[in-house]
Amino acid sequence: MIGLQHYMVVSAILFVMGVLGIFINRKNVIIILMAIELILLSVNINLVAFSAFLGDLVGQVFSMFVLTVAAGEAAIGLAILVIYFRGRGTIAVDDVNRMKG
Amino acid sequence: MIHVLAFYLFAILVVSSGALTILSRNPVHSVLWLILAFFNAAGLMVLLGAEFIAMLLVIVYVGAVAVLFLFVVMMLDIDFAELRAGFVSYLPFGLLIALVLLAEIVLGIGLWSAGPIELAQRAAPANPELSNIQAIGGILYTRYIFLFEAAGIVLLVAMIGAIVLTHRTRGGTKGQNIARQNRRRPQDAVRNVNQPVGQGVEL
Repeated sequence: MIGLQHYMVVSAILFVMGVLGIFINRKNVIIILMAIELILLSVNINLVAFSAFLGDLVGQVFSMFVLTVAAGEAAIGLAILVIYFRGRGTIAVDDVNRMKG
Repeated sequence: MIHVLAFYLFAILVVSSGALTILSRNPVHSVLWLILAFFNAAGLMVLLGAEFIAMLLVIVYVGAVAVLFLFVVMMLDIDFAELRAGFVSYLPFGLLIALVLLAEIVLGIGLWSAGPIELAQRAAPANPELSNIQAIGGILYTRYIFLFEAAGIVLLVAMIGAIVLTHRTRGGTKGQNIARQNRRRPQDAVRNVNQPVGQGVEL
């Protein structure tokens, strides 16, 4: 029988995969954005799993808001990427130091 | 039995396509693996009985976000081989962090299942008579209406932000200026000439 723990383990593995993706693709900001999408996807799986097993619908409603924020984040991130590429001709993010912060 | 089989199918596929998303050499392949991961996550959510979120995942992620990624990856002329240069040097540190994180999360799940937290009251108990979409619509448009509108505002701000960031005015294009067209009067544009016969017209 598949319980809540199974879904939590899948979501944990997916979350860790996203974090690992951020670490190993430090230069390629497109892959970093995809890894963030994976992290948000794992959060969504967790929320929906808890919502289903506790018999409470709020988790699914909240998961929808996570989806909204993920879509907005992808749009803004890719827009920033496009203007960065227009100015520099590359998307290597490990030498983003224009503002010397 | 079929439920267990479907769960393991979707779970293994979502995890392996997530791994291939971050490991593949070509970013276009990464996006395609990401799409597969989204589809399988939607399958997991169907198994959980959350059909609405599953369909939303397919529509929003696959239909909008993944296509946006694909568009950007294919539009920009990027040397991806150069971007992969530090891959191997970052790998041990990344794996260390990932293993520590995974161990902590699994420990947390173990602790959680050892002592279950009984919620005293469900915030919005699921009604077994209603379908999932009806139930979600019932609370989304009543109790969570302000949050729903806030989500709309977030999307609006994201849209305006993306347009403002990427919009640029190009020089040398000829646009239509309607105000200038409307300001133009006949006496500025038309001239009556009493033209003598046999002479050329001087404009």
